[in-house]
Amino acid sequence: MTAEEIIKPENKVYAKPDLLNDNHMHYCPGCSHGVVHRLIAEIVEEMGIADKTIGIAPVGCAVFAYKYVDIDWIEAAHGRAPAIATAVKRLNPSRMVFTYQGDGDLAAIGTCETIHAANRGENIAIIFINNGIYGMTGGQMAPTTLEGMKTSTTPYGRRIDLNGYPLKISDLLVQLDGTCYVTRQAVHTPAAVRKTKAAIKQAFLNSMEGRGTSLVEIVSTCNSGWKMSPVESNKWMEENMFAKYPLGDLKNTVKK
Amino acid sequence: MAKVKGAVKINQERCKGCDLCVVACPVDVLMLQPKEVNDRGYHYAFAHNHEACIGCASCATVCPDGCIEVYRVTIK
Repeated sequence: MTAEEIIKPENKVYAKPDLLNDNHMHYCPGCSHGVVHRLIAEIVEEMGIADKTIGIAPVGCAVFAYKYVDIDWIEAAHGRAPAIATAVKRLNPSRMVFTYQGDGDLAAIGTCETIHAANRGENIAIIFINNGIYGMTGGQMAPTTLEGMKTSTTPYGRRIDLNGYPLKISDLLVQLDGTCYVTRQAVHTPAAVRKTKAAIKQAFLNSMEGRGTSLVEIVSTCNSGWKMSPVESNKWMEENMFAKYPLGDLKNTVKK
Repeated sequence: MAKVKGAVKINQERCKGCDLCVVACPVDVLMLQPKEVNDRGYHYAFAHNHEACIGCASCATVCPDGCIEVYRVTIK
């Protein structure tokens, strides 16, 4: 059987979801953002909530998320996505509201909004892309940058005595009573992508059913910022990032 | 025993040549074009060994740009 004979609509097992637009994404080749965008589009499509979903886009590389996933979006000021999501969810309790934020947005300028939204137990889902660097602005040090990691503002590596320790924001949010689901995942292998999909789906369900704040941290790569190829940066992430940010569920009060 | 055959269809203009699908493929079906580039100048992925494809969709699962469609048939 040749490939042409197999490529027929009735044999299709996987294709890009319709909610992911045909626009060419501006992300660098191999960027984890693309995978997470596709997962969000897939999940929203599977759950049939495209007309009920409102996403809050961050400032950072994912600032143009509204161009790629065909749902309603609001663009937030830097770090303020959880505050806007709070308002949207309180005014429209029947809607599924999620924020999509990077580590510079959520863990640096938006730490206050994140912690207080989670502490109030707002019924929102937070997708947190943690690549340990400010990707869009040119690879500066972020709060989540690992010790010894070279960035454009720490050219000799991050020093603890000068720059402090990497911020594990998910572990902080576990302590708060308002969060119902905190998990840390990655998208570097097919198996990891499937786990991440299940985690995001759980977070979206929690938002729909009003169980509290869910946080899905996705440990990601920034191959341009890290100055590696996409394949090398996945390997580097496995060896270095996972030691500081181990994968798995940190808190789940839903599943008893 | 039933045999599973797969095939992939790659949107070559959307592909950015990141190489992640090539690494994810368990049966070495894909590779990047060694010389050819698409309109944006990327060495896009293509199936150089289509016969081996089992339609597992690993390549499509890790593709950051959603370029890959996967098809599968079971031959009895």
